[in-house]
Amino acid sequence: MIEIRRIFTHVEQIHHEFGPVAATPLLRGAIGVVLTNPFAGRYEPDILPMMDDLQGVGVDMARRLLAAMQLPPERIEGYGKGAIVGAAGELEHGALWHVPGGYAMRELLGWKGDRSAYAKGQGEAKTGQPGNALAIVPSTKKVGAPGTALDVPLTHINASYVRSHFDAIEVRVPGAPASDEIVYILAMSAGARIHARVGGLAASAISQWDGLR
Amino acid sequence: MSAKIRKIIVQVDETRMEMGQPINPPTRRALAMAVIENPFAGRYSENLDELIVIGEELGALLGQKCVEALGIEPGQAQSYGKGAIVGEAGELEHAAAILHPKLGAPLRKAVEKGAALVPSAKKMGGLGTALDVPLGHKDAAFVRSHFDAIEARVSDAPRANEIVVAVAVTSSGRPLARIGGLQVSEIVGQDGLR
Repeated sequence: MIEIRRIFTHVEQIHHEFGPVAATPLLRGAIGVVLTNPFAGRYEPDILPMMDDLQGVGVDMARRLLAAMQLPPERIEGYGKGAIVGAAGELEHGALWHVPGGYAMRELLGWKGDRSAYAKGQGEAKTGQPGNALAIVPSTKKVGAPGTALDVPLTHINASYVRSHFDAIEVRVPGAPASDEIVYILAMSAGARIHARVGGLAASAISQWDGLR
Repeated sequence: MSAKIRKIIVQVDETRMEMGQPINPPTRRALAMAVIENPFAGRYSENLDELIVIGEELGALLGQKCVEALGIEPGQAQSYGKGAIVGEAGELEHAAAILHPKLGAPLRKAVEKGAALVPSAKKMGGLGTALDVPLGHKDAAFVRSHFDAIEARVSDAPRANEIVVAVAVTSSGRPLARIGGLQVSEIVGQDGLR
């Protein structure tokens, strides 16, 4: 059921946005996998088998993105995901990516230690960001023509309310999706917006460890 | 480095299948872009040396980024191209100053050899303007299987006082090249043409 046609990776280093130049540039990346939509051109009531078949794609894409960013998993602080479905498909086909894409990325960034110790904040006193990916992976999806741009939301991997990490990255694969294709997207960032300064919950103040705060 | 860089973006486009035909090994094309401040924005300067130096720096930096993103040895690079999108407070000649006098030599070093002309494109543009950067074989411009183009675009650039500089490097030709002409196996590699 899975037929991959193209893989598109995008990594950006942001040095500044007309403010002070960052000592360490912000790194953000996205990967788009272009595959054939097996349900193109018809209504298929049972699409769930494809969700299982996408598990391996999710794991592979998460690993590829991390490799392209040349960062260890513990450096990733934000993430997001998305889908662009070609014209002969339906939005619901894009929704198939939620589980295989989201959980593959979370597991890749997942913290493997003692959960109770982590809940007390041990082992990461400074930033509260050991990369255990507690937060929901935010997402967008749309039906679009080849080259359609999708703004993929990014939020902090451990607490959705961390204001400095609310962000979005525009992802666009020139020439895709064709009408019988889908582009599934994963995105990661290694930090806050480059000049984040609007207050709110800071990453260093995460305290609930419930994925929200 | 004299270029004031705001962002660097590196993309890799890997094609595994085209028109239902498996592409094995997949074609891989890398694109590296730098968003820089245009030191001559808003004024006419007769002398553009500053941009020429910036072009030299970016030829090395972006060429290396492409080769690194492809995960290849420099000698495995097959085709290349370059381009620039100048924000509205600049002029087309600013792109020319970056691209033509000095960018090529360090780029050729990054891909080894490179007897052929580096094909180029340039335009004035705004945020998200797309530029189709031409691609040609690095050692023989007439290799037909490697005539191609890759789209360069930065969603938030160029601002009026910025320039987007792009370099593309591939480790392959088109996915299903089959229209004859000079083949890679026939390259002499001396004059840059054949």
